Amino acid sequence: MKFGFLVDLNLCMGCKGCEVACKVENEVPISSWRLRVKYIDVGFFPDTKRTFTPLRCNHCEDAPCERICPVSALHYLDNGIVNIDKDRCIGCAGCIMACPYGAIYMDPETNTADKCTFCAHRVSSGLMPSCVVACPVEANIFGDVEDVSSGISQYIMTHNVRVRKPEKGTFPKHYYVGGGEVHLNPLASTRKEGHQLFNNITHLKFIGGHH
Amino acid sequence: MVEHSIPATQAIVTLDVALPGIVWGWIITMNMWAKSIGTGILFVGFYLLKKYPNDETIKAIKMPIIIISIIFIHIFLLFTVLDLHQMFRFWHIFFYPHWTSAITVGAWIVTILVAVLFIMAGAKHFKRDSIYDSFFPLAVILAIPVTLYTAGIMAESTARELWQMPTEMVQMTLSAILVGSATLLLIGNNSFSEDAKKDLAIILGLSAFTAFLLYMGEYIFGSMKAEEVGAVLKYVKEGGAYASMFWIGQTLAYIVPMFLVWLSVSNKSYGTMPLASLSAIAGLWLVKHVWLIIPQLLPMS
Repeated sequence: MKFGFLVDLNLCMGCKGCEVACKVENEVPISSWRLRVKYIDVGFFPDTKRTFTPLRCNHCEDAPCERICPVSALHYLDNGIVNIDKDRCIGCAGCIMACPYGAIYMDPETNTADKCTFCAHRVSSGLMPSCVVACPVEANIFGDVEDVSSGISQYIMTHNVRVRKPEKGTFPKHYYVGGGEVHLNPLASTRKEGHQLFNNITHLKFIGGHH
Repeated sequence: MVEHSIPATQAIVTLDVALPGIVWGWIITMNMWAKSIGTGILFVGFYLLKKYPNDETIKAIKMPIIIISIIFIHIFLLFTVLDLHQMFRFWHIFFYPHWTSAITVGAWIVTILVAVLFIMAGAKHFKRDSIYDSFFPLAVILAIPVTLYTAGIMAESTARELWQMPTEMVQMTLSAILVGSATLLLIGNNSFSEDAKKDLAIILGLSAFTAFLLYMGEYIFGSMKAEEVGAVLKYVKEGGAYASMFWIGQTLAYIVPMFLVWLSVSNKSYGTMPLASLSAIAGLWLVKHVWLIIPQLLPMS
């Protein structure tokens, strides 16, 4: 069994319900995100449209974070989930540097690395990840990618599916339907001062850390 | 990317709380800089002792070589531990080692190197030069992976395309040789023979020249190979936030030493070598800092 995740970007309406559910379920501190929805405005006025891309850990088959972690705090579960043991983490931030998707952050309260675990604690109890449950349009699909009869496998077989940065050789287990370069390539969109919906966002200082 | 290069398809991020950009800052720069001195003095010191086995002024630096190496390797280790967000868990590396990580491999090898250096210092202190001499090749061999493992960490940083393993490996080696020769020139400025100073000056000049070529190769051709590299190099090109620091670093670390070495060797006078050495040592910090920071300014998601 190998779990994978799929987001149908044609369905996502950017409500951020998944983001909020994730923060509540995993007690993610203020100023940190295991999952976030990125808004990108495409086109030239008046022919513009807003796109939404949920971003989370890709649970790569050949995960750079697992490889670089000096103490095996980042490790694979039997079901393919890249999990993290916060009690073992030394906070070297090697995983943050290694992740090509910017999916790992330093928890300002525990001073250890943290990221999406596909809600491994829920999955082990037979529950779906909280973001899947919260999505009002079922844009999030989670399941066993080794089982061809699973919902996610069926979806992959019947849709045009892409992953982020396939050229990095990480073999992500997080798929996107309806995604283009703008959604999946961070260099395909610009970040301009004053164009953010929210500006001057403050970040929590690390508690007990040195930053 | 074409998506944001023409108005019809322009794409602007309007909501994304980017994760903190600079993860490894000046503490890691100190780490790499101090490590270059700590290992470089072993490489170049070993060469000097082999080339001039009967020169008393060279033999006199046997102890200083080890002491300086121990000091700077401990500075490197101190800053490594200081950078950990959970520094009191550093012992996990020894009890839960994960061998695919360059961090783990480096930590173990540097631990062995420190033990060897203390044995050598003890041997020299008790005038057991035969033990010192027999352990020195081992220290040099261990110092090679200690120098290179940061390049391994950079290579394992997938998507930080500026850091490529073969180039970084050579760059780390050259950094060590550069500041190793510079440190020895500072120590032996008043005592070494003209031949020894000429040797050190040439090593300093050639390592500066080769390292400078590598940076210029990346500066000019890097953006032609990968868009990530191009986007990162914008920070050191004209108008980039790190352009000034980059060029000050290149000038101090490489251009000034190259020029002064050329003058010294031409005139057979090595009075400016302390200045060239200080310039190289100070400049290397800036060079390493810029190269460490700029890939972290690129959004990954």
